[in-house]
Order: sequence, then C-alpha cells, then structure tokens
Amino acid sequence: MSADRMTKLAERATAEGLVDVAYTTVDSPIGPLFVASTDKGLVRLWFGAPPDSMLEQLALRVSPRVMEAPAKLDPVRRQLDEYFEGARTNFDLPLDWSLSHGFAQRVLEATNHIPYGQVSTYGTVADKAGNKAASRAAGRALGTNPIAVVVPCHRVIGANGSLTGYGGGMAAKEYLLRLEGYLPPQLA
Amino acid sequence: MPLPPFQRLVDDHGEDVFRFLVAVAGAQDADDCWQETYLSALRAYPGVRSGSNLRAWLFTIAHNKAMDTHRTRARHAVPVGAVPEAGEIAPAGTPVPELWNAVDGLPGKQREAVLRRYVADLPYADIAVAMGTSPDAARRNVFEGLRKLREVWDER
Repeated sequence: MSADRMTKLAERATAEGLVDVAYTTVDSPIGPLFVASTDKGLVRLWFGAPPDSMLEQLALRVSPRVMEAPAKLDPVRRQLDEYFEGARTNFDLPLDWSLSHGFAQRVLEATNHIPYGQVSTYGTVADKAGNKAASRAAGRALGTNPIAVVVPCHRVIGANGSLTGYGGGMAAKEYLLRLEGYLPPQLA
Repeated sequence: MPLPPFQRLVDDHGEDVFRFLVAVAGAQDADDCWQETYLSALRAYPGVRSGSNLRAWLFTIAHNKAMDTHRTRARHAVPVGAVPEAGEIAPAGTPVPELWNAVDGLPGKQREAVLRRYVADLPYADIAVAMGTSPDAARRNVFEGLRKLREVWDER
C-alpha cells in the first residue's frame, strides 16, 4: 500500500474527526513504544510493536475506528522525547482511563502521584487505593498498566527494596530508574 | 465476532480496492475514489453489523464511488461526437492493454460482474448481493463476459 495514500487518508480522517483511536510507534532508548490516543487523552502506551490483540482490544473496548495516525500523537511523542533526554520530569498529557477500572484504576491513579526520582511499594499504593492488604492485587494492576512509563508503574518496587518485575522487562525498569536518578548512573 | 480495528481494512484490502478502482474508475480518478471510499467506510463503520463480509462491503462502496465519478464526468463533459462509454480502464503499465480494452467494451452488467469476480476477487454470492441479482445471474454474467473476451482475444 502506498505510504502517501495512507498518510493522506489518516490526515483527512483526522481532520473530519473520524478517528476515535489514533496510534503510532515512537522510538525510545528502551526500544519502540506503541502509543494510542482518543479525544479524551492517552489511552495506551506499551513496549514494542503492537500485537494484533492490542489493536483488537482497543477496537472492542473503545471504538472500532482505530487508525494509524501519527500526527495525532505528536504531543505524546514530543513529551516522551523530552523525558528520555532528561529534560522533562512530569508529563502534561490528558489520560483516558477507559482500559482500567475499579481497584486497578485506583492503584494506577495512586501510582500516578509518585514524583519523579522517587519510588513507592506495592503495599503503599494498595493502601492509597483503599485496600492495604491487597498488595498482590496492586502488583497485578501495575503489571497490566495500560499507560506504561507515563503512569509510572516503574516507580513501584518491593518492600525489601528489590525492583521485582516490569512489563517492559527488568532492563527497561532499571533504565528508567537510572534516568530519573533513583538508581546511580551505570558506570561504563 | 467483534469488528476488527479499521486500520486492518486498509492494510488487508487497500491495495486490492485500489486495483479495482483503477479498473472501474480509471487510473486518473482511482486515487480520489480510494480516499472517498475509505472515508465513507470509516464514517459508517461503527454501525456495521459484526460478522458482515467487510471486503465485499468495501468493494460495494468503491464501486459506488467509481459510478459517482463517471456520472460527474458525464455531466460536465463537453459533447465531442463519440463519447467513450466508461473511459480508459487499462491500469498504468498494464502488460496487455488489448485485454483491458476488451473488458471495457463488455456490456455493463457483464463488465461489472467480471471486474468484481476477477479484480475484486469476490465470490458469486457477494457479487449477487452487490449487483442486486441472484448468484446464478451473477455467474451467468461472468461467464458470458468471459466468453466474449475469449472471442475478442482469439480474433486479434
């Protein structure tokens, strides 16, 4: 398919307000990131090229009018670039929480308040979400965080200080915590 | 089955819809028709019943857009004696222009049925729905069209 034809279609569809979910892939030091936005805000950020199942989930749970429309993600791309350059410590992007609900969403919202360069524990975010005893459920909610990096689930670690797990892989979690200065810079 | 993400309709069928439009609307108008086809499809998409044959649906929209283009051209055409019935349909760089000219010369229904069968690659059942006929009539139109093409081909 001719790239020009696709680009023109995405532009016209966007201009007419016909794209309910726009997505693209953004390059980053931790690899390509899949990003998707609705009119409400950023709805999905995940690691790597999107598997079909991710686009299908958006079609089913948000709207079937899902299109690759990179221009609509320009603000997201710009802020991610600044973040990875170390020039941004806070994302200023509206978020669309359509893909999470209930306790999981409250855990993610609590996580969203952990400042740059600091960390919290699963127990603490579970407590802030209203159930102190549910640290394992909080871990599951963070493991399926639909808006990784921007909703900083990488800032949640084990109570004993271990980094535990990360959807984007442990190397990515370490990279982000070094970038933010919580972990010391790696010696070359 | 839920509706797939719209982008998949572009990725899976966009190239074939374009080839179909080159054949039906002509190389000159195919690009515009393709944009209009996909914009119309996107507008209507949330209301489409899940489980519909989306490929056949796209080709029906594409066919209608091509017909709109023909009508607009006919309305704005300056009379110049002999008017070509459906314009040049040979895709750019086609290896056998005589064949495309022969397809262009088929009676309307046969031409439409042949293009839907062999350019859009639709089954007879879908061609029948799109043309408002029975599957048998669709099949007859395709075979009659092919028979005429073979005659023209053999007489070269």
